[in-house]
Amino acid sequence: MKFRERLAQGEFVITCEAAPPKGADTKEALENVRRLASLVHAFNVTDLQSSLVRMSSWALCALIQREGFESILQVTCRDRNRLALQADLLGAWALGIENVLALTGDYPTLGDHPQAKPVFDLDSVQLIALIQALNSGKDLAGNELSGKTDFFVGAVINPAADPLEPHLLRLRLKVELGARFVQTQAVFDPDAFVRFAQKAEPFRVPILAGIIPLKSAKMARFMNENIAGIRVPEELIREMEGAKTAEDRKKEVWKSVRGSFEKFGPIARGFTSCPWAGRSWSRRFWNWRDCLKRKEGACRTIPRCLRIGRSLRRRKNACPPQKSGQRGSALERMKSFPMAASANSITSRFSSA
Amino acid sequence: MLVSTLKPKEEILGYLRDGERVFLVACGGCAEVCEAGGEKALEELRSVLEASGHPVVGGKVLPFLCNKALVGIGLSRVSAKVEEAEALLVAACGVGVQTVAAVLEKPVFPASNTLTYGAFQGVWPSEERCARCGECILAYTGGICPLTVCPKGLLHGPCGGSYRGECEVERGRPCGWQRIYDRLEKIGRLDLFMRFKPPKDRQKELDVPLSRRKSIFWALEYIEEEE
Repeated sequence: MKFRERLAQGEFVITCEAAPPKGADTKEALENVRRLASLVHAFNVTDLQSSLVRMSSWALCALIQREGFESILQVTCRDRNRLALQADLLGAWALGIENVLALTGDYPTLGDHPQAKPVFDLDSVQLIALIQALNSGKDLAGNELSGKTDFFVGAVINPAADPLEPHLLRLRLKVELGARFVQTQAVFDPDAFVRFAQKAEPFRVPILAGIIPLKSAKMARFMNENIAGIRVPEELIREMEGAKTAEDRKKEVWKSVRGSFEKFGPIARGFTSCPWAGRSWSRRFWNWRDCLKRKEGACRTIPRCLRIGRSLRRRKNACPPQKSGQRGSALERMKSFPMAASANSITSRFSSA
Repeated sequence: MLVSTLKPKEEILGYLRDGERVFLVACGGCAEVCEAGGEKALEELRSVLEASGHPVVGGKVLPFLCNKALVGIGLSRVSAKVEEAEALLVAACGVGVQTVAAVLEKPVFPASNTLTYGAFQGVWPSEERCARCGECILAYTGGICPLTVCPKGLLHGPCGGSYRGECEVERGRPCGWQRIYDRLEKIGRLDLFMRFKPPKDRQKELDVPLSRRKSIFWALEYIEEEE
């Protein structure tokens, strides 16, 4: 079953981030993918994450698809103008990639080529509109395409953003323009996630919660310093620092992740974990998902999360099939915007002057 | 000199709600030289607005809208009329529009598009910056330019890197979109945040073709060079 079908049917999905290799050798990346394939529904392939140069996202997606697994192509606006974005998306579709996650992209100065020229010709909201245009068989300029795409588009949000309101408005715009699922930045503060999810409830779009099991307090501090949008609460870091042995530290991490599970469970429609989560963590995610699927009382390991069965069923229709023509395509909405309509009249002012 | 040109009237009218009372401000500096400011623009805008049923409560030409002190003093002389207005329409470059927005807690809409610096910078130093993009969107962003306050030039809100009002690019740099959000909230126009802005026409940001350079807006430069 496809990723989009699983979400449409209300299934709890698990995806795992996969980073393309830093180099031409894909052996290790693909080995990791094969190892985890039985434990995830799709691989979320990053697009030059943190502005570090790596192999292109679509290339690894295509290799993953060739192995028989499903991929989600992350596309950022940082490195490509509207021409290149459309070219890559059409190419990705031809290679069998059906899921796209639209992101703005980190600023180049955060990465290993800080001298690069930032592009940001479009922003992620406009990128979603662009993908809808391709899905309707037209390019951004309105030209007919030979054969259209049918991308399943996702959007991202940082649920720990503070203040959250402007981010929520932005998310609402993304959903209005055709985002069909939402993936969050890694969450370390489950209460923040719950607050966000409650506010996002009216958007009626499935939310995949981002999870990064921390390895050490040092790693948490590094991420706070260096990764845009990630905030590990100070208490959690201190608890980890307090752990004496590696075993204790693991317990602390498991405790925090499990605490997150229990809070996310009733709300999230899936997880998306980081590439270094590895097999043992992925196994835990999978087991937990099985818990969700079982009936109340059948799960012994995490009893509380069992009460979710009912709410999952209730949410079955949370991802209604897209009704085209209901609001007009994104492209039509763009065309009807006064500024676009007046573009010609601006030119005519010039020529008449 | 900042070269600007009046927006088409349909676009200007699109900013205003039905019957909204408007106060007009026009720049008597660069914009007047380009025939997109001064008394001429004021009269043109007044007739456009009145013809479409928007009461114009007043209008004023101020010498250089890029100077916040001058704008503050100039507008305080007509403060009763400004108070009466529900929105202000400003015929000036992007800097001028942002300056008026910075001194008032009311919706401030641009009546012009700024095309280029025309080789000269504005006269006064100011926090307000204009990217001379040629299709001014200050109407939707509370009179704060997202192209200059956001390093990524985003048009629909903050990116995921914005945290506690700080930009991801530089510590201590305020998030431009947080500023825009706060401003729109303050003037009660968060509906503008939700407006979809189509991708910008980057052609207007690029080199200005010769045919346009010979038009009235650049004529001064040309006459000088030819002589």
